Amino acid sequence: MYNSDKVIPGIIIFIIFFTIPMWLNLGGAKAIPRPELPKEEKNCVESKEYMRAYHMKLLLKWRNMAIREGKRTFVGADGKTYLISLQNTCMKCHKSNEKFCDRCHKFVATHPDCWHCHIAPEEVAKLRRWQNGNR
Amino acid sequence: MNVGVSLLAVIALILIPWIGVSALGLDSFFGIVIPYLAFFVFFIGLIYRIVQWARVPQPFKIPSVCGQEKSLPWIKYSRLESPANTWEVVLRMFFEVVFFRSLFRNLRADLQGRRLIYGSAKWLWFGAILFHWGFFIVLIRHLRLFLYHVPSILNYIDYVDSFFQIGFPPIYITDLMILGGLLFLLLRRLVDAKVSYISHASDYFPLFLILGIVISGILMRHVYKVDVYGVKELAIGLATLHPAMPKDAHIGTIFFVHLFLVCTLAAYFPFSKLVHMVGVFFSPTRNLPNDNRMRRYVNPWDYPVKYHTFCEWQEHFKEQLQQAGFELDEEWCKGQNVAKENKAA
Repeated sequence: MYNSDKVIPGIIIFIIFFTIPMWLNLGGAKAIPRPELPKEEKNCVESKEYMRAYHMKLLLKWRNMAIREGKRTFVGADGKTYLISLQNTCMKCHKSNEKFCDRCHKFVATHPDCWHCHIAPEEVAKLRRWQNGNR
Repeated sequence: MNVGVSLLAVIALILIPWIGVSALGLDSFFGIVIPYLAFFVFFIGLIYRIVQWARVPQPFKIPSVCGQEKSLPWIKYSRLESPANTWEVVLRMFFEVVFFRSLFRNLRADLQGRRLIYGSAKWLWFGAILFHWGFFIVLIRHLRLFLYHVPSILNYIDYVDSFFQIGFPPIYITDLMILGGLLFLLLRRLVDAKVSYISHASDYFPLFLILGIVISGILMRHVYKVDVYGVKELAIGLATLHPAMPKDAHIGTIFFVHLFLVCTLAAYFPFSKLVHMVGVFFSPTRNLPNDNRMRRYVNPWDYPVKYHTFCEWQEHFKEQLQQAGFELDEEWCKGQNVAKENKAA
């Protein structure tokens, strides 16, 4: 083999580059974080499979219905009607933003912008405590 | 013909995982066995190609240059166009690999009546840049699915890539880049008669294959959503060599189509024109300095010729030469021997 002083480092760089996921996961990969599911309620507005893949689409649809069309009722997969509201309907069962939403979103590195405008339950609780403390 | 065969091949490659997963339920075959197999072929195949290339001797130094060569100190020379040392070759190579500098000089030739006219043609360069950079950033971005702790740089890339916030989830700029680049590169082959004439199935197939990967990926993000959480669980399992199908997650069929096409690309890579990724570093017209006049280049396959010098010849036929009355040039040969000894010392 000619130029092995350049070719062999080249092969090593190539292998390192295409196996980055292995190196960067060394020692760091732990059990996958699980979101905390509501204990009392077993059914969501749609099926579990649908919610897992399409919840962002549903939330977008809810936003458009509530804000742009002024419709606040949604008929779920089970035929029940729900009030369209992130803070009052979704977060009624999924009580924590940190323990439910963020666990998955941080894990898969997606960046929903719900909480840019909406107030997460944790924030509401903090606000309440602050108000009570000042009174 | 070439186009049809390639398109049919890619359609068949889409149908294989589709039927395999949705009808036969071979999730773990297409999710674990095929990816490992494909990447094994990718690594072994590429290393094999590299070693094969590196074993080929380089008989001549043939850098292709288009600038002033380094010569006298008061003549300005072009470092990038006619590199004189390894460092300048590295620079030239860097600009070639990262910005496709030689493609920027691409020309088009057209007949106007009976006159052949050359003109600047930057479209091929632009399409290639869009495609390659799009592909590279998309590849880097996919790391978020393989790494347990996502490094913040990936979040920055994601932020910049979805900067325009069009649609939800936001459309990635690089998705549009790679799609636009691919469509241009494909249309170029289909529309331009001169390029079409020299295009084979091995040119169309990778284009359709990568187009299939890109379209299935975009559909998966925007239309037929899959459970990303389950996908990441599978991907981390693959990356940490503890592969397992996610337990209670249902990953949509389109994910397996996307993955199977990527695996096909990986396994096909070392045996196709796509190895130009490695081949570019082995181009003797690019990777050699233009120092022919400064340094002697010895052809490695030169046969070690046994030569008979004048002095050895004279020594051999000394008697005959003396008998025939020739004058021996012994002084000169003594000098030669001294020079040889000095050199050896």
